[in-house]
Amino acid sequence: MPPLVSIRDFRVAFGGVPVLRGVDLALGKGEALGLVGESGSGKSVTWLAALGLLPRHAQVSGSVRLEGREILGAPAAELDHVRGGRVAMIFQDPASALNPVLTIRKQLCEALALHRDLQGNAVKAEARRLLDLVGIPDAGRRLEAYPHEFSGGQVQRIMIAMALAGNPDLLIADEPTTALDATIQAQILELLSTVRRELGMAMVLISHDLGVVAENCDRVAVMYAGRIVEEAPSNQLFADPVHPYAQGLIGALPPLDGPRRRLTAIPGTVPDPAKMPDGCAFAPRCTLAAEPCRLAAPTLAAIANDRSVACIRAEASRRALLGIAAE
Amino acid sequence: MGRYFAIRIGRAALTIVLVVTFAFVVLRLSGDPALMILGPEAPPEVLAAFRKAWGLDDPIWFQYLDYFGAIAKGELGRSMRDGRPAIELVLERIPATLALTLPAFAFKVALGVPAGIYAALHRGSGIDRAVMMMAVAGFTVPSFVLALLLVLVFAVQLGWLPSGGQDSWRHAILPIATLSLGGAAVLARFTRSAMLEVLGQPYIRTASAKGVPWRKVVTSHALPNAAIPTVTILGFMVGTLIAGAVVVESVFSWPGVGRLLVVAVANRDLAVVQCILLLVAMTMVTSNLIVDFLYGFLDPRLRAKGAHA
Repeated sequence: MPPLVSIRDFRVAFGGVPVLRGVDLALGKGEALGLVGESGSGKSVTWLAALGLLPRHAQVSGSVRLEGREILGAPAAELDHVRGGRVAMIFQDPASALNPVLTIRKQLCEALALHRDLQGNAVKAEARRLLDLVGIPDAGRRLEAYPHEFSGGQVQRIMIAMALAGNPDLLIADEPTTALDATIQAQILELLSTVRRELGMAMVLISHDLGVVAENCDRVAVMYAGRIVEEAPSNQLFADPVHPYAQGLIGALPPLDGPRRRLTAIPGTVPDPAKMPDGCAFAPRCTLAAEPCRLAAPTLAAIANDRSVACIRAEASRRALLGIAAE
Repeated sequence: MGRYFAIRIGRAALTIVLVVTFAFVVLRLSGDPALMILGPEAPPEVLAAFRKAWGLDDPIWFQYLDYFGAIAKGELGRSMRDGRPAIELVLERIPATLALTLPAFAFKVALGVPAGIYAALHRGSGIDRAVMMMAVAGFTVPSFVLALLLVLVFAVQLGWLPSGGQDSWRHAILPIATLSLGGAAVLARFTRSAMLEVLGQPYIRTASAKGVPWRKVVTSHALPNAAIPTVTILGFMVGTLIAGAVVVESVFSWPGVGRLLVVAVANRDLAVVQCILLLVAMTMVTSNLIVDFLYGFLDPRLRAKGAHA
């Protein structure tokens, strides 16, 4: 059985400057995958490009298959069917994600009319049911309201309702809680995991918040400078990160238990996409970098059954983490 | 909502009073109508009699109060040249002006708005660059230069169209073309930037992400938003329907309100100038009110603010 989504050697460039530099990623049905990394590492671009949502001047190459069927470069009508119908997406800033001059009913029913075989009153009834489902009180009356009449958290709930309208197999949540208050964040994440469980929908949670990803995802992929550098089941990645960048990210988190320790920061900054180093993009910041690291970019290779990492110093890195002296 | 419009209407009335006052004072300080109409050779006693007859020898504040008193009674004064009521002179010129400005307005909208939308949707394409080049040209070339250019080509060189007068519909073509081209350029530029701004908004991406076909994203998501800033400039254009053709009417000797204004100013025919300015101020202010009302209609966010204002 093919995976739900499989992305192969996916590359995106803007005006000749590469921002995605060969991404390989697969996602099973009903699976929750976390995608973490700094801003500009390509987390959002991966999915915007896969769904053909980037501006026309973006150069995209590679392969994106949905249940074995190539959707990259598919005709517009087929893509319109995939978007919202098979793969839905919600975004970071709820305040500007809904059209300010259209009522919630119009925007919600538009999605229903596109992807569901519903007529007349059934459309409105379904819209009301979806608002109920995502926890908007007094759904019948609120359908006639405009986006500015809702709070940020409520708009994100409406976005989720709209994403669910097409009964998608996959929901891409692109930093869905970054713009929200901490208490609202927790509610939205709770809602996402509830609907996902109930509907058996797969989810990609894009975030730079490792905690959010750890709690909500089965598996995590870490991105750095347009590539995936490590992929592992969540618990394993957080307990035992192998890539020096993943170690750096997790080392920068305060531990909840155990003795207090100094948080470590990763030295240096992300390289400019226009001036990528020849070898491993992380080498200039890496404490373990050796000469071969600067020559060729490492490829993502399996180190265990369900783990892979793109680092030629993976073994040394693991030893360093476990405190075993290098031979 | 009611209070919102009460404030707007109060402000509009104030604007009209200010315009009329300004015109009243400037006209009286900038030359003696008696000398302009009777000529410098007229005997002093004739000039004095003329001034007395029109109340020009009264103090200016007295004339001003008198003028507003008359307006309150619905009298806008008489022309000093032929003694006819100023309003009559102006009203009989309005159809001629509207015969130019109304079709020109329609052409501006019909040319400018689609060109702007097309350019925005095909940003960076050859057509976008061509539209923008024409828009900049139309924006920067003054209307009298464009008018003369059109006359030179179509009347003098090709001999297809008359260069002035009002005898047939053919006489209206060049003045309408002059008015339309400049306005269409302004409108195209404005519509294009409004569209580009809207197309970059996250809710456009949301619409695409939920599978709305691009054509519908443009018509039902982008256009209603881009209409909001575009209405502002359209309102301004409606405001110039009465007196927006001063230069063009003069160049093409078209007997409209604009040319009447030029002649009346030159002659210091006070009542006529004041009457035209009052009309212009009123159309401007009315179209602004309509725009405010349309904002409320187009943008639900303003509707809410208006309700609470």
